[in-house]
Amino acid sequence: MLETVWFVLWGVLWAVYFMLDGFDLGVGSLIPFLAQSEAERKVMYRSMGPFWDGNEVWLVTAGGVTFAAFPGTYAVMFSALYSALMLVLFCLIIRGVSLEFRHQVDNPGWRGLWDIGTFIGSFLPAVLLGVAFANIFRGIPIDAQGVNQGSLIGLLNWYGLLGGLLFLCLFLLHGALWTALRTEGELQARAGNLASKLWAALLVVAVAFLIATWFATGLYHNYLSSPGLFIIPLIAVASLFLIRVRIGAGAWMQAWLFSSLTIVSCTLFGVIGMYPALLPSSLNPEWSMTIHNSASSPLTLKIMLGVALVMVPIVIIYQFLVYRVFMGGKVSIQEAGEEAY
Amino acid sequence: MDVVFLSRLQFAAAAYFHFLFVPLTLGLSLLVAIMETKFVRSGDEDYLRMAKFWGKLFVINFVVGVVTGLTLEFQFGTNWSRYSAYVGDIFGSLLAIEATVAFFLESTFLGLWIFGWKKLSAKAHAATIWVVALASSVSAYWILSANAWMQHPVGYEIRNGRAELTDFWAVISQPFAVHTFIHTITAAYLLGGFFVLAVSSYHLLKKNETRLFTKSFKLAATWSLIMAVIVVVHGHYNGSEVARTQPTKLAAMEAHWETQTKAPIYAVVIPGTSDRENNLFEFLPLPGFLSMLAYHDFQAEVKGLKEWPASERPPVFLSFVSFRTMVALGVLMLLMAVLAFWWRNKLDQYPWYLKFQLYALPLPWIAIQLGWTLTEVGRQPWIVYGMMKTSDAASPIATSQVATTLVGFVLLYSLLALIDIFLITKFARRGPEPAPAE
Repeated sequence: MLETVWFVLWGVLWAVYFMLDGFDLGVGSLIPFLAQSEAERKVMYRSMGPFWDGNEVWLVTAGGVTFAAFPGTYAVMFSALYSALMLVLFCLIIRGVSLEFRHQVDNPGWRGLWDIGTFIGSFLPAVLLGVAFANIFRGIPIDAQGVNQGSLIGLLNWYGLLGGLLFLCLFLLHGALWTALRTEGELQARAGNLASKLWAALLVVAVAFLIATWFATGLYHNYLSSPGLFIIPLIAVASLFLIRVRIGAGAWMQAWLFSSLTIVSCTLFGVIGMYPALLPSSLNPEWSMTIHNSASSPLTLKIMLGVALVMVPIVIIYQFLVYRVFMGGKVSIQEAGEEAY
Repeated sequence: MDVVFLSRLQFAAAAYFHFLFVPLTLGLSLLVAIMETKFVRSGDEDYLRMAKFWGKLFVINFVVGVVTGLTLEFQFGTNWSRYSAYVGDIFGSLLAIEATVAFFLESTFLGLWIFGWKKLSAKAHAATIWVVALASSVSAYWILSANAWMQHPVGYEIRNGRAELTDFWAVISQPFAVHTFIHTITAAYLLGGFFVLAVSSYHLLKKNETRLFTKSFKLAATWSLIMAVIVVVHGHYNGSEVARTQPTKLAAMEAHWETQTKAPIYAVVIPGTSDRENNLFEFLPLPGFLSMLAYHDFQAEVKGLKEWPASERPPVFLSFVSFRTMVALGVLMLLMAVLAFWWRNKLDQYPWYLKFQLYALPLPWIAIQLGWTLTEVGRQPWIVYGMMKTSDAASPIATSQVATTLVGFVLLYSLLALIDIFLITKFARRGPEPAPAE
């Protein structure tokens, strides 16, 4: 029971991470395509400036909770995905310093350099996280000792790539909606326009992914044995359509919230499908890392649950308040042009 | 070159690098918080300009600390998976708690501080930097208690083929954790003080913004003196805790080979290596001092390295040199802090001292890195002292994978370090924004 509670929490933490960092990864990838002047670039950077760091802590927490609640999975998952994960980490390092360093020297060449860093550091993690999670949904060739018998190239199979494309579309749309929500004038119009196109692309990729999942993974097993669970993918599909409806009405906040819901429910769709495995083995189901063979002791799970039940709501409350402080009014060109101080 | 060795190099590089930035984050955030509070309470605009100037340097430093910390958390899984699976029940929970109770606060409120100057009242804004500063220190406690558990595991039982938690309170309250925390945190605070002293000295020598940098210098001088006294005095108790819990580390850091009562400390020693079993050169013994320092008793018996087989001894030379140099630097910085405090009201009479203080900027960094070298190298060959060997802890991955990322880390981190130093130097030299016309 305790293990199951932690399994759900584990899935929720990853989902929240994708929902929050998703929009700033999306914005970072879209800056070269949406912003047409230095002033507009500054606006886009400023729109995520106060938030990206707090968002990324959800990744640290998701990783930390994997370590604390399922150390066996943490050990096998991260060593089996060694090269892919390291690549993501390098990208996130480059991205973090790009966001911070870009505004420190007033020189176009300097800024151009960090614009490249921001783009690569946002675009690649969006794709790679999708590739990694699609492969996790599908199963990784881990043997009885938890050693990955596959390779980095093996992760780039068709289903993994489709997962990468899905995450990219989700995050790009999420970022475009955020830009439309937080900016004004031409930039907002361009972002809204792009969001409509991205939505169409996402629809195609999402449908393809849901169908491919039937053939490439065992995720639907759990849904067929307890059909009530189909509510999760149904929410994903419904919120996906509601995004379009709200885009049409120019209600950017609501469109962004439905986009958040889409990301969360897509993640949970995959996670619930894996239960009770956290990392299925594609070689032999016996070798999968599950809540039964990789969880921490009941004492640790209880203590951690206490900490999580107290702290996570507190974190959500103050992060929400911080969002509110900065969400009054749009990011204007004048405000973004000022130094942060 | 095997996976274990390369993974050790990689972790060492990542940890050293991370800890170039973390102590400045810890120390400078508090000093900025004090400055901004002084502004709020007194209305003295100088303190506002100080908070903004030092805060800018703090922010440039902060982000590199954050992104380099990210890789450390994941390296336990990528490179030390056997370790992670074996002790994750205890070790992992400490890291996860750190993220939920402290790191979230730190990162979220820093965004509020950086971008909130016009959105928050002066008081609320000052409060946000206090949250950042205190959360950073709380964060340090969780990370250091995790490290302390590797140094001296408590509150566990070996069950189901791994270490399982039996007493959480013992893990987070054990003396080793408390001592490590006090020693590390005050060293970091001292580093923050020395940073402010050095940059202030630079501007005072150039007669730039004298009033503002005199205020900065005075604040940092008092601060550094308090911290230096605690670091040095408490360092002794920290050493006693090592003597009590890690006898091989104590023997290695003192290059002490023979078990004896009334054990001496030699003023000058050229230590031998682990397999040589004696020192190359020893001069000027202070009889009984090692016994005294370790156990508060001149007669106490101190075990020598020969008590253990060579395979269980830590590298002696590195432990010894790190320890002695760290202590020497600590004492030197204490003396400097005394002088800085003594002369804080007549700095213009001692330009040579300001110059010295400026060039002493790297000293606290060197001392801190040496302290960690001793802590981690002196624990070898164990990854968890007395429980698990480092050689049994690495991931079952290919050597080429680790070699590739090691090269990547070194290149990327060196580049970041250069850029970060360039930026900090640029803004430190430029000085504060001009005061608004009155």
